[in-house]
Amino acid sequence: MADKSTNKEHFLSPKIDKMMLGLADAFSFVRRFFKEVWFPPYEFKEVIRQCYQIGYNSLPLISLTGFIVGIVFTNQSRPSLSEFGATSWLPALISIAIVRAMGPLVTALIAAGKVGSSIGAEIGSMKVTEQIDAMEVSATNPFKFLVVTRVLATTFMIPILVMYTDFVALMGAFLSVNSNESVSFSTYFVQVFEAISFLDIFSSILKSLVFGFTIGIVGCYKGYHSSKGTEGVGKAANASVVLAMFLIFIEELLALQIVNFIRLS
Amino acid sequence: MREKVVEVRGLMKSFGDLDVLMGVDLDLYKGENVVVLGKSGTGKSVLIKIMVGLLTQDEGTMQVLGREVSKLSSKELNDLRLKIGFSFQASALYDSMTVRENLEFPLVRNVKGLSKGEKNKMVEEVLDAVGLSQTINQMPSELSGGQRKRIGIARTLILKPEIMLYDEPTAGLDPITCSDINNLINEVRENYNTSSIIITHDLTCARDTGDRVAVLLDGVFGSEGKFEDVFGNPSDQRVKSFYDYNFIK
Repeated sequence: MADKSTNKEHFLSPKIDKMMLGLADAFSFVRRFFKEVWFPPYEFKEVIRQCYQIGYNSLPLISLTGFIVGIVFTNQSRPSLSEFGATSWLPALISIAIVRAMGPLVTALIAAGKVGSSIGAEIGSMKVTEQIDAMEVSATNPFKFLVVTRVLATTFMIPILVMYTDFVALMGAFLSVNSNESVSFSTYFVQVFEAISFLDIFSSILKSLVFGFTIGIVGCYKGYHSSKGTEGVGKAANASVVLAMFLIFIEELLALQIVNFIRLS
Repeated sequence: MREKVVEVRGLMKSFGDLDVLMGVDLDLYKGENVVVLGKSGTGKSVLIKIMVGLLTQDEGTMQVLGREVSKLSSKELNDLRLKIGFSFQASALYDSMTVRENLEFPLVRNVKGLSKGEKNKMVEEVLDAVGLSQTINQMPSELSGGQRKRIGIARTLILKPEIMLYDEPTAGLDPITCSDINNLINEVRENYNTSSIIITHDLTCARDTGDRVAVLLDGVFGSEGKFEDVFGNPSDQRVKSFYDYNFIK
């Protein structure tokens, strides 16, 4: 008897075919989100609950990290600027670096680790313990309840967290600047806001929305497609973090090119 | 003439190279409990998952309450699902919700315009029916295996289904709890006028709950009838060995 598995035909090679199918599957998952997000029933209560979990519960970690980033970045930048006698430019430099890149990037990477993995693990474990099937057989749309709510929550909450991180990082930087250069609080913040433009803030928020969406959709996708029991749940959580971080860096690069293009033109 | 609520004909299902169901025929009549017996991995759960549209058959027909499941639109399938209660093997309670929230979950999404009082009354009613009123504010992680099974059954009863599907209701439970669950299955039939399919490999459960048993062997029903007729003097060696392994003589 011929072995059925040897008779399978592949379009290119088994690996490339698998990758293409995975991409198509991910694309249809994203498309389903955009299809389902507009139509009722709306799970407002669950969105609020997820916003609380994602936003409020991330505050301690975000605060600490943002504060340290502000201090470290200031202390690392000072020697280079002092060589040119330009330490008075520190607030402007810090402001540009934090608002344009470091705030969104640091927040998104931390959220990818904390929130993305927890979404991947939670939905993954619901999948392997048949909780998603249970929702489906009780005539409830699990995609709407689990995926749409979480993706909306990350998309709304990451920009808010980014603004908070920016503020905390600038406060950390102020402590360093104040202790070394004796700059007052008001002078420091005047210099900070003079250095940034509307485009900086707007692009930072827009970028954060995309980062938030990425973290949510990747976590949900990996969790929703997990299999092989508890091992699969661990893999889903891990893959959620790795893929989300990778995509965030690519998006950051693209955003930088677009903003630079707008700025030059 | 008795009314048929489920009619399965020539049902076939494969997963890759593995043929699981190879032409299954089954009827379930109104008010009847049918037990599907078989070894692990013989496709018993696959059969009832096709019944609620979680899986689709490769060939054959699956008529539930007069409707071919594979041909229903998503809206029609959801309407049909409201008439079917599915009790999962591992209970599938929502971990992040209390017992009350678990029970309210299908209710608030499928029955519109209920007041808080009406919701509470319905939740308390089904909790009473499974004898676990005291657990209403507990989390699933605080419940024992038997309690989880009961709450899982209560969650399906809240929508007052016409058909109950039990996937291994006694798996992993001690003999006394198994007996309690078997009694509960019979009480559900009496109090809620349900017709049930019970998937199990536990012969005690089959004997205590089934009006009829069907033994799934190599993808088809090898033997079917009353428990005593099927296992009284089995001619099929596979049925005999199934009985011998379950009841130590």
